[in-house]
Amino acid sequence: MRDLALAVRAGGGFGLGIAFFLLVAVLVPLGVGPDARLLAAIAPGILWVGALLACLLTLDRLFALDHEDGSLDLLATAPIPMEGVVAAKALAHWLVTGLPLTIAAPALALLLNLPGPGYGWLLAALAVGTPALSVIGAFGAALTVGVRRGGLLLGLLVLPMYVPTLVFGASAVARGAAGLAAATPLLLLAGITAGAVALLPFAAAAAIRANLR
Amino acid sequence: MVLTVTDLSCTRGGIPVLEGVGFTLAPGSALMLTGPNGIGKTTLLRTLAGLQPPLRGSVSAPPDSLAYAGHADGVKSALTVRENLAFWAAVHGRRLDEAALGPLRLAPLADRLAGELSAGQRRRLGLARLLVAGRRIWLLDEPTVSLDAASVGDFAALVTAHLAAGGSALVASHVAMGLAGAAVLDLLPFRARAPVEDFEVAFG
Repeated sequence: MRDLALAVRAGGGFGLGIAFFLLVAVLVPLGVGPDARLLAAIAPGILWVGALLACLLTLDRLFALDHEDGSLDLLATAPIPMEGVVAAKALAHWLVTGLPLTIAAPALALLLNLPGPGYGWLLAALAVGTPALSVIGAFGAALTVGVRRGGLLLGLLVLPMYVPTLVFGASAVARGAAGLAAATPLLLLAGITAGAVALLPFAAAAAIRANLR
Repeated sequence: MVLTVTDLSCTRGGIPVLEGVGFTLAPGSALMLTGPNGIGKTTLLRTLAGLQPPLRGSVSAPPDSLAYAGHADGVKSALTVRENLAFWAAVHGRRLDEAALGPLRLAPLADRLAGELSAGQRRRLGLARLLVAGRRIWLLDEPTVSLDAASVGDFAALVTAHLAAGGSALVASHVAMGLAGAAVLDLLPFRARAPVEDFEVAFG
């Protein structure tokens, strides 16, 4: 399993997500203008949308590379279950995108003038929510694994499934930043993540097996 | 470790390509699959490997006994030759035995990145995976593509040693590999009749 993570990392894409996130956080204040109150109001939403799109950016490589070089066929005939392969791939994706995004987010939130109480909630919400982004994304990547130029289809499939994560994640941060109680959206976010992690590897493995035929 | 195939029909892209295929592959024996392009050699091997369900018929083999080597080598360019083999050994729950580098002359290349190998060297790495997988029945799809004459000889010797150790091999190839005593199965008689022709016969 650790080797799978290594193989994914060797496939590259480590810096891509984080660079994209940085670009969003730097460019939005330039585009919106220096109104500190406006920036503070939109910061939670911008940070979450940026994190979500940064995750999406690296997803189409998740299984496509293994499909092209034949590794996926060989993994399917190997004694480890495909569900385990999917879970390892999703974990590796989270380690190279979700985790760095979470760690970098407070620094970038500074650029967007996120109010003081929001930082803890931002960290918590991203830490709880980004695993769901990786697992849902792995399911989308599994559905499109044999499709040429599947990236576009992947985006269309995955974005609607990302909506609940985005809504609860951003609202947890926004409420936290405004000094309101933010535990409820955070718990709902945790629920989405738990459900996705528990169920989607099985769905993704079934999709891969069907796509290998 | 006997592979038995009974009345097997397989499809590619939803269209039947082979029907009524049956044979038995005993330990220590090799079977060469021949036939023109498009007859369904790859489809048959993928069906046997369990990558796609058969349309009809059955494949019986002991669990975890089959190793499939297809057109694509499953080699990661960013890893070295040794790391690639160690990865596949770990996937099969084994440790990498350095002896696996020997038969296909990979030892001098062990610390090179797989992305820097030539096509033939890559193929040799892909075939060396069979050694680290530790499976008894090898399903080989055009194993000698892009290999030079010396490497084909090395690989034939490797397969012969595998057979002598009680393994077996099913090889789809256009090239005679020089496997002594290998039986030949021509797939042409098993070509599936096109359903469209049936349709025309029935309604035409």
